[in-house]
Amino acid sequence: MSNVVLETRGLTKEFNGFTAVDSVDLQVQQGHIHALIGPNGAGKSTFFNLLTRFLPATRGEVLYRGKAIGTLAPNQIACQGLVRSFQISAVFGHMSVLENVRVALQRPLGTSFHFWKPASSLDRLNQRAMQLLEEVDLQGFATRKTVELPYGRKRALELATTLALDPQVMLLDEPTQGMGHEDVERVVELIRKAAVGRTVLMVEHNLQVVSSLCDRITVLARGKVLAEGDYPAVSANPQVREAYMGKEAAHV
Amino acid sequence: MTTSTLYPDTLQASRQRRQLQLGLALLAIALVAPFVAYPIFLMKILCFALFACAFNLLLGYVGLLSFGHAAFLGTGGYITGFLLTRYSGLTPELGILGGTAAATLLGLLFGLLAIRRQGIYFAMITLALAQMTFFIYLQAPFTGGENGMHGVPRGKLLGLIDLKNDLAMYYFVLAICLSGYLLIRRTVNSPFGQVLYAIRENEPRAISLGYNVAAYKLLAFVISAGIAGLAGATKTVVFQFASLTDAHWHMSGEVILMTLLGGVGTLLGPVVGSSLVVWLHHVLGGSVLGSWMGTILGTIFVLCVLLFRDGLVGYVQKFVRRNLR
Repeated sequence: MSNVVLETRGLTKEFNGFTAVDSVDLQVQQGHIHALIGPNGAGKSTFFNLLTRFLPATRGEVLYRGKAIGTLAPNQIACQGLVRSFQISAVFGHMSVLENVRVALQRPLGTSFHFWKPASSLDRLNQRAMQLLEEVDLQGFATRKTVELPYGRKRALELATTLALDPQVMLLDEPTQGMGHEDVERVVELIRKAAVGRTVLMVEHNLQVVSSLCDRITVLARGKVLAEGDYPAVSANPQVREAYMGKEAAHV
Repeated sequence: MTTSTLYPDTLQASRQRRQLQLGLALLAIALVAPFVAYPIFLMKILCFALFACAFNLLLGYVGLLSFGHAAFLGTGGYITGFLLTRYSGLTPELGILGGTAAATLLGLLFGLLAIRRQGIYFAMITLALAQMTFFIYLQAPFTGGENGMHGVPRGKLLGLIDLKNDLAMYYFVLAICLSGYLLIRRTVNSPFGQVLYAIRENEPRAISLGYNVAAYKLLAFVISAGIAGLAGATKTVVFQFASLTDAHWHMSGEVILMTLLGGVGTLLGPVVGSSLVVWLHHVLGGSVLGSWMGTILGTIFVLCVLLFRDGLVGYVQKFVRRNLR
């Protein structure tokens, strides 16, 4: 299969004898929205940290576009187009909404170490930043301080900031976590829009979101891959039902 | 689209106007001050203000607590003193440049060793390195050990202006400190400053946006060390001597007090804080309370942390913002 963009081979993480991620083999197809689901403590977040090298793996390797990225630093991985978000909304609280996006846009300018240049030299990025804010419906908030935004808006801003890097692969860690119903719908639409021409791997608890959005689903339990397939296949799998709802539910 | 269309015109313009007015007023005061107050005392304030501003660049704008900044102040002072004493042909500005360069290099060395550590570990490593530097200066023959390095000539600025004249010296020092201050101000408000801000707000996110966080912190550390060295170098030329006091860990502690008292993370805070502390030393040093100095400063420190977390300037800023909106 040549159109695999992200792949893990025997990826393992042990913490003092506890195996959080246990030789996971995963393949993410180019252009897919791929969900990673599983009960609490299944190792999903750890797996994400391994993919982006925020944690070093104990064993196994990660291949991105066919190349092992095990020796790169986390920021170098981001520079290659594999960009992650975080479980808790990761924004720069005391910067304005516009500045949040702009700080992601400014790196390609190559002036980020220029401490002698005025910050106004970044103003030429404002237009692009506004476009990105419009994409997530935040244009009216551009000058607001980010801490003042409601939670759902912060997640939208985080998405705009990620999109500013024009990533090939986006790793989203529970993008709808802690959101009310309306916010969830908005974020689902945003992800659907953002995923055009990109690949998305997302950790998600909300199965409705998963079923409406994702092309393929991998179920993790106790650090291992329990099942993989599209939504109908996975949801019919008795092992998955057991892991999620306990033994009795599996027989219903 | 420019900033002016994004930010309400009047609000930003009035803020800029206020800042400009304040800056000009302060500059005017600084220009006439030596006719009202003792120039040496004023120069002492200026040097410590610059030192505190350099320290604040790290604590206030990167969130790094260095407990070893005395090493840079001391190095700037000793190297400048050494150069000006040894090479009599050297003009004072070159001596100061040499001291600053030495402190910058030492900052690079410290930074490379410490920058990947967080919080208290970073503070402890900088303290340990500064203590090593202190003991080197204690033992090295060129520093004069506990007696200090005396008789550093002030010389002639650019070979033209005799700095034995305190007034000429004062304006030279004012120009140096102002340049240092403006450099810090620009650093904070630059593309680099934006990344620093992002790192302080959310370091993992800054990494995930592709920034090599350690490199940005390191550059900030080196700039801060260099400017602290510049302050020490200037101070040595003013007082014509360099001593172990500047390299002692007490000094690293005192600069924390100066910064917190004035307001950490505000540009003017360290200037106000250091002026107050130097003034207190001056007033109390000559009185019966002189031996109680440590207790008094300690009490101020505790009150500051308990009651005025934003410091004096931070407090005034909040007040102004609340009442001018």
